[in-house]
Amino acid sequence: MPTKDVTDSTFPADVLGASRPVLVDFWAEWCAPCRKIHVLLDEISATELGERVEIVKMNIDENPQTAAKYSVMSLPTLTIFKGGEPVGSISGARPRADLVRFIEEAI
Amino acid sequence: MDDVRDLIIIGSGPAGYTAAIYAARANLKPLVIEGVQSGGALMTTTEVENFPGFPDAVMGPDLMDNLRKQAERFGAELVTDDATAVQLTGDVKSVQVNDTVHRARAVILATGSAWRPLDVPGEQELLGHGVSSCATCDGFFFRNQHIAVVGGGDSAMEEATFLTRFAESVTIIHRRDAFRASRIMADRALANPKIKVEWNTVITEIVGADGKVGGVKVSDVVSGASRTLDVTGVFVAIGHIPRSELFADQIDVDDAGYVIVEAPSTRTSATGVFAAGDVVDHTYRQAVTAAGTGCAAALDAERYLASLSAAAGVLR
Repeated sequence: MPTKDVTDSTFPADVLGASRPVLVDFWAEWCAPCRKIHVLLDEISATELGERVEIVKMNIDENPQTAAKYSVMSLPTLTIFKGGEPVGSISGARPRADLVRFIEEAI
Repeated sequence: MDDVRDLIIIGSGPAGYTAAIYAARANLKPLVIEGVQSGGALMTTTEVENFPGFPDAVMGPDLMDNLRKQAERFGAELVTDDATAVQLTGDVKSVQVNDTVHRARAVILATGSAWRPLDVPGEQELLGHGVSSCATCDGFFFRNQHIAVVGGGDSAMEEATFLTRFAESVTIIHRRDAFRASRIMADRALANPKIKVEWNTVITEIVGADGKVGGVKVSDVVSGASRTLDVTGVFVAIGHIPRSELFADQIDVDDAGYVIVEAPSTRTSATGVFAAGDVVDHTYRQAVTAAGTGCAAALDAERYLASLSAAAGVLR
């Protein structure tokens, strides 16, 4: 299941106002490691864990405001929001098991 | 044992993918455990100007995508995740990826190398918050800022030159009084008006401010004098360490962790296990030499598998 795209304008409703935890995948076209993370997140979103967290993508070139607000300084960065607040963040290409552990611990 | 395949390749990059292309064309149906850093070191580079056959340069990630497609076209099977455990002794070897165990009669190790950290206070804490190993990933965030690049090799020169697209100034911090980078790369960096060099200088601490890099403490290795440089980003390019920790207890590696092979072959100390690319090579470390040894490893594995079949035929 491909993950949904969010923008600076849809971020407040789609992420901050969401009823369940949301993982935001900050990425850009020029970030090669981001493509690998997309593959793993698409796989995770299709599992049982994908039922408990919504996984969305945000292109930081097209949506610089949200990335700046949350001090994203490295790509890929994955940040989990719960009840409108960031509760955990990791940067860099990570293996699937690390991503799963990160999500489990944050939600 | 139906589920035992001929060959598993651990790692991608020029070595792993070239091994996969040759092995797939030899009908060995290799399984490639690409790893999440798949594509290897070239995935974080920009233009590769010295890969033969590309007179106008090629983007590192594009070159890797093409090698990957070429391997897939001939039947290589790809797994985009890290190997988590291996067992390399005996006639049948196994490679585990999380809960899945893959088994094969031959294995090629092409896990490459990882960036070498500076190992100074503040570095790990500020990683991703101003400390980076990847200019192409993170340079964008340092628009109009003053940043530092640490190192004196080709990677440092490339990163420094690339970062001038974004940064106001780039200071190369190098512990010696001359670069070991190739002449063309060094000259290009030195000619760039945005780049200056702090020779004979080492970083002793990366200082945080509000959870981000606020500066670096440096020391002059000749005079011993210390001072602080006001930079908001630190890009570390001081070299690499071999990614051999997964199997260093099962095959012979040298003191630095590089896999030892019976050169000019790619045979390791474990029968049926071959190694190629930067996990072996601390001398040349080029995309084209990695591709070359990847090819050699596939041919060595093919011959080894053929010898097993011949022996089985004699027994039958």
